[in-house]
Amino acid sequence: MSASGQCREVFALLSQYLDVELPPDACGAIEEHIKDCPPCIEFTESLKKTIALCRQYSPGEIPPELNEQSRAELERAYRRMLASR
Amino acid sequence: MDRAAETALARQLLSGTTGAFDRFVQHFRSKIFNYSWLMCGQREDAEEVAQETLLRVFERFAELRDPERVRPWVFRIAKNACLTKRRRSLFAPSANEEISLDSLMPARNGEGGAMKLEIADWSHVPEDQAMRSQMQREMRRAIGELPEIYRAVILLRDVEELTTGETAQILDVTEDVVKTRLHRARLAVRKDLDARLRGVLVEAK
Ligand SMILES: [Zn+2]
Repeated sequence: MSASGQCREVFALLSQYLDVELPPDACGAIEEHIKDCPPCIEFTESLKKTIALCRQYSPGEIPPELNEQSRAELERAYRRMLASR
Repeated sequence: MDRAAETALARQLLSGTTGAFDRFVQHFRSKIFNYSWLMCGQREDAEEVAQETLLRVFERFAELRDPERVRPWVFRIAKNACLTKRRRSLFAPSANEEISLDSLMPARNGEGGAMKLEIADWSHVPEDQAMRSQMQREMRRAIGELPEIYRAVILLRDVEELTTGETAQILDVTEDVVKTRLHRARLAVRKDLDARLRGVLVEAK
């Protein structure tokens, strides 16, 4: 297979490789290819950072305050659930 | 609050510990609100989805067999509440267009050993320090612009850090589908951020 064909295969499996979800032989083959392939090294780094950013991203929108009526509705459901156990 | 703390809180809730109810509401309401806002697109809808989800959660809490699964269990209820909301809404859910792998591959320049990718320099992108608010906004926009099927997977797998199996159960798809969609979602976010880093599109938007 051509070098770029291998790069393409790596590209298709990169998330599973980084998530350690691939069988050991596939994982080994990818490792073997990446270590000698600068474009794949560069691309892998950028994807790793993307994943790290997603994990760190905390959607920090603060919901509007819970009004008394909605809170009471939830608490009634909670009390009923506890009582019926 | 991490998964272990959520498990402890779920147990306290079941045993009626004082204060557990309010802590549970505060923690999960914010999570569901954020997930639903990104999934439904409307702040008002997100508030209603959060209320409907919590109501179901409390009604059915005794059915939660394994307190360790409280996070995926709550998210499954939230996902269903989101779907119901969208069906009732005037706006039909957006088409679930597929993203092809080829469209996410970076362009290449040159041949053989001199081959270069046309991508940004990612070496200065902060990875583990607290993300600056600028980056937070970019992430929110990039995730928000993904087609729905990809957005759901990246929010559950990477943002909420649920497992592949848990995500598959929440979304009623196979684990292979979760893996495929997650990869494309990440690649699409990567491509989007890459363009930002290179300053492409900045003037256009
Ligand atoms: Zn390569």
